[in-house]
Amino acid sequence: MSFDLVVNVVLAGILTGLVYGLMALGLSVIFGVVRVVNFAHGELMTVAMYAATLLFARFELDPFLAVLPVSIAFFALGYALQAGLINPFITRPEHSQFMLLVAVGLIVINALLMAFGPDARSVQVDYQLESFELGDILVDKARLYAAGLAVLTALALFGFFRVTRTGKAIRACADNHFAAQVVGLNVKRLYALTFGLGAACVAVAGCALTLLVDVTPSLGPQYTLLAFVIVIVGGLGSMLGALVGGVLIGVSEALAGLLISPSAKSMLSFGLLIVVLIVRPQGLFGRKP
Amino acid sequence: MTRAARLLAILLVAAVVFPWIAGPYALSVATLILYFAYTSQAWNVMMGFAGQLSLGHALYVGIGAYAAGALYYHLGIGPWAGLPLAIAVAALAGVIIGWLAFRFGVAGVYFALLTIAFAEFTRIGFDHMAWTGGPGGMFLPVAERDHIDLLHFRGPPALYYYAMLALTAGALALCARLLDSRAGYYWRAIRDNEDAAQALGVHVFRWKLLAVAISAGMTAISGVFFAFYYNNLFPEQIFSTGRSIEIILGSVIGGVGTLFGPILGAAALTLLSEAVTAALAALGWEVPGAKQVVYGVVLLGVVVFLPHGIWPPLAHRLGIRR
Repeated sequence: MSFDLVVNVVLAGILTGLVYGLMALGLSVIFGVVRVVNFAHGELMTVAMYAATLLFARFELDPFLAVLPVSIAFFALGYALQAGLINPFITRPEHSQFMLLVAVGLIVINALLMAFGPDARSVQVDYQLESFELGDILVDKARLYAAGLAVLTALALFGFFRVTRTGKAIRACADNHFAAQVVGLNVKRLYALTFGLGAACVAVAGCALTLLVDVTPSLGPQYTLLAFVIVIVGGLGSMLGALVGGVLIGVSEALAGLLISPSAKSMLSFGLLIVVLIVRPQGLFGRKP
Repeated sequence: MTRAARLLAILLVAAVVFPWIAGPYALSVATLILYFAYTSQAWNVMMGFAGQLSLGHALYVGIGAYAAGALYYHLGIGPWAGLPLAIAVAALAGVIIGWLAFRFGVAGVYFALLTIAFAEFTRIGFDHMAWTGGPGGMFLPVAERDHIDLLHFRGPPALYYYAMLALTAGALALCARLLDSRAGYYWRAIRDNEDAAQALGVHVFRWKLLAVAISAGMTAISGVFFAFYYNNLFPEQIFSTGRSIEIILGSVIGGVGTLFGPILGAAALTLLSEAVTAALAALGWEVPGAKQVVYGVVLLGVVVFLPHGIWPPLAHRLGIRR
């Protein structure tokens, strides 16, 4: 096995990992603020992927342009989901929240199955097969663009939380729910906004991912688990942790696929998850719970 | 005799005579109901009694099924030797997971995710284990179905029905005893306020571990049943997160922490699932996914509108305390 091959695989792993990281970022932001684990996360992303493939099939809209309408729609969807369904569940026990989101995920995935059938769908754009060459190292164009978009989105979200008043208010909610209420913040509205933002992250990640993988309804539960692994490894509620976790999982899956066997790659991820949970339950970048 | 005991006795008699009046289809549905009722009851010991949320209970079903299945498949040793082995291995797995989690303070959502991680890890592990057939599955030799061979747990469908009925009734009795025992009181104290329980001198670590061991061991028995009832085992099916959710559903719908909730919930969900299948077939609308959508919507409705499950309000209506 040549050195170049390993470098290529690792590079592809990093780039794909950044897109995974953006997906996980959505989960992390939602958990960090609302304290509800979104067990329908991968399912939501699958919907975004279908939206991107449909927009491409109908209007030949490039997935990178589809990002805008899809993420706006997902913001609204996330907002509505939190305001209408999840807000009343915030004080309920964890297993109750779990069942609620499992039910949402079940409905979403099977509605997709009813509408589009089990066959894989994909988009074909001309730059998908092209790559940048740096000596012997090849970088897929689509993968690089997708990773770039993921990083930009993450930066935008990071800036939003740092700079804007609303962003600061949301962080205040995350730090101390009760005190936030005392100073007069509309916590429920901010929760809905947060879920909307998390869903928008998922939408961007989903659109970008349609260029890298074919979409089927069964992706949903897989990506939910993947997002969990990333977020726990990075630290639930930590934004930087989600991106780093994404890269870590992306690289380890790529290497495991190359060195062991493609079907064993997620075993490595789950093994990593177990080790991190036991040794450092707050994750690599998380604060102590 | 209390009202609850009378109702239970009537139900038990009805369940015992059921195979004489039921056709093969009704009997298979009833067996499925009991299977889910029993397994959910086992999960309930951990979550409903001791407050430890496991989302990976398929792990113990799978371990039990593969332990007894492999023993039969490779060595020809029947389920009566496989059963204690299955219980022991699953309980050990539960204790290891519980030990790691409780020792290192993994709690709440993190504990729940840890249980998923172990189940998924094991699923992929079995996918790569040639000795148990890998992803291609393990097929137990199927013997003749018309005469009863208790030694190898082979016989007509009614045999499996009665086995499951005995397990469900036994689990109900065991759980009732447990709940009123010293362990039951400690568990409920831990569930309601772990810090307070610890402050009062309850050895929280030990009692939580006991709950996991009992729950895992009980769950392994349904795994053994699964192996000898269906005669085929695939890691993809038996360890999947979907299976874990199925196990939980009965209790959540029926009422977490109640004794009769898991049974009622399992019956309601299984009958609903069958009814939806039949209704969609009658309408000629058999699109893949349609059944699960209806199922999901009903689930959503119950979770939203009946936060404590269907048994507590029903029990209240019937004038039963618990």
